[in-house]
Amino acid sequence: MNENQLVLRPMGDSAIVAELGQKMDQETHFRVKALAAALKKNPFRGMTGYVPAFTTLTVFYDPLSFSFTEMSRRLQSLAEDIGTGEELQPKVVEIPVCYGGEFGPDLPFVAEYNKLSPEEVIRIHASGEYLVYMIGFAPGFPYLGGMSERIAAPRKPSPRVKVPAGSVGIAGKQTGIYSLDSPGGWQLIGRTPLSLFRVDRNPPGLLEMGDIVRFRPISRAEYERWEAGGNHAYQR
Amino acid sequence: MHISVKKAGLFTTLQDLGRTGWRQAGIPVSGAMDPFALRTANLLVGNEEGEAALEMTMTGPTLEMEANLLIAICGADLQPRINGQPVKNWRPVYVRKGAVLSFAGSVKGCRAYLAVAGGFAVQPVLGSKATYTRAGIGGFCGRALEIGDRLAIGTMSKSALRRLSQLARRAGNRAYAEGEWYVGPGFLPPYRANPTVRVTRGGQFSWFSERGKENFFTEAFQISAQSDRMGYRLTGPEISLCHPRELLSEAVTPGTVQVPADGQPIILMADCQTTGGYPKIAEVITADLPVLAQMKPGEKVRFAEVSVNEAQRQYRKQEKKLALLKKRLALL
Repeated sequence: MNENQLVLRPMGDSAIVAELGQKMDQETHFRVKALAAALKKNPFRGMTGYVPAFTTLTVFYDPLSFSFTEMSRRLQSLAEDIGTGEELQPKVVEIPVCYGGEFGPDLPFVAEYNKLSPEEVIRIHASGEYLVYMIGFAPGFPYLGGMSERIAAPRKPSPRVKVPAGSVGIAGKQTGIYSLDSPGGWQLIGRTPLSLFRVDRNPPGLLEMGDIVRFRPISRAEYERWEAGGNHAYQR
Repeated sequence: MHISVKKAGLFTTLQDLGRTGWRQAGIPVSGAMDPFALRTANLLVGNEEGEAALEMTMTGPTLEMEANLLIAICGADLQPRINGQPVKNWRPVYVRKGAVLSFAGSVKGCRAYLAVAGGFAVQPVLGSKATYTRAGIGGFCGRALEIGDRLAIGTMSKSALRRLSQLARRAGNRAYAEGEWYVGPGFLPPYRANPTVRVTRGGQFSWFSERGKENFFTEAFQISAQSDRMGYRLTGPEISLCHPRELLSEAVTPGTVQVPADGQPIILMADCQTTGGYPKIAEVITADLPVLAQMKPGEKVRFAEVSVNEAQRQYRKQEKKLALLKKRLALL
């Protein structure tokens, strides 16, 4: 079987899953992104939503408009024309982070665990480029790929009851940003004053799948200025 | 025109048919757990079927009407009372200003819907009035109702005004009057305690052991106390995989039956997250979600397999019923 072959399967009576690869890698990611872009550009009547993920794109539809077979045909023909997706220019979003201290209580642990100084952890974390593979788990929550394994650290043995929104954490080889106040077991190394999710903004999420994220260290004073400034979305 | 909250009830939220079109941003659909009951309640009071209504859980709130209103209660039988007198579900009811609507608690089902002619005048968030309490968005201040809240009612349709004045005449000097016609039981989804719900095979069905699959389709599973609008945790025989395997997160939806490593399935419901990483053994068919929505913790559920084509046929059948109801009500 051709590795790039499109596999389509139903998810219940109102959704269809397009599998565009088997592994979480950039090639598959770009194909998912290209198909999502095609759907966004040409939404069709009866489509009620879509969810791009690591290797799949799920399309939700109204069974009054389509049968599964009809949806399969439609997606099949759409997928034939998407290309590799690499030509789609990613949006680069810089996220200011106040590392350590009250906002990053686990920075010393991550440093010690990796036999680094806290400053080195910050430098490594802030020098990376991260790909938003998908949005899920919570509104606006990005699954980021590309963290250096030199700062990997296991989850906390028991999760915190409440992690404030904006907290930047590490769990295993992943880094992430909490988009809502929620319980969580990630090692917290800092916090951003940016809101990842705001309903008074369109789109409501700061990040979308396919974006590139860079972290920029800021001081506590800068963090407070950001917050006082209305916590506006910032991107370039 | 307002309704004021005298007692909040166990968990009372404004819901509509959900926040569709935002799944790609990680935003749950939310909306009524039992959309059939919500749509019917709205149609009975002359609203658009997708207007917001109060979703009331188990005990139900106590509400004071601050104006003459036309209401309908559909879904679970929480024993509704107006000024202490029992009123019936699945029909329009005129309620005079000052009357108090209360509930004596569930005798059948888990969630009832209160629709009010004119709808609830709250600002839609991302196109929907549905409350998603985890993010504090939508509905009334993004949260469940609390004592002292006052809910504004919108403008009534012409047909609502007509129905209201007919029933007001019938009420005379009484505090309320029930419509003499109602939605008959034969018209409703097959609500019952300890139901069998129909499912299609989940995306990772083949990952499960023969024993696991057999258990899933032959045994009953109890809805645990840790069940809410996000999902129902089930307890029953273990549903095991052939061998441990990691799934890369992908989309999930209300009705998805996922199985974490402990082998105890979870049925995702209206407020479920948009993606999940547990293998999915089944998907409850859309037409049976209302039945599931009316289950209480402690009840048992069984699963029966149907094809995707059959699931879609059942969906269309249910839609046809609602279309018929709409047509009939328009003639009144």
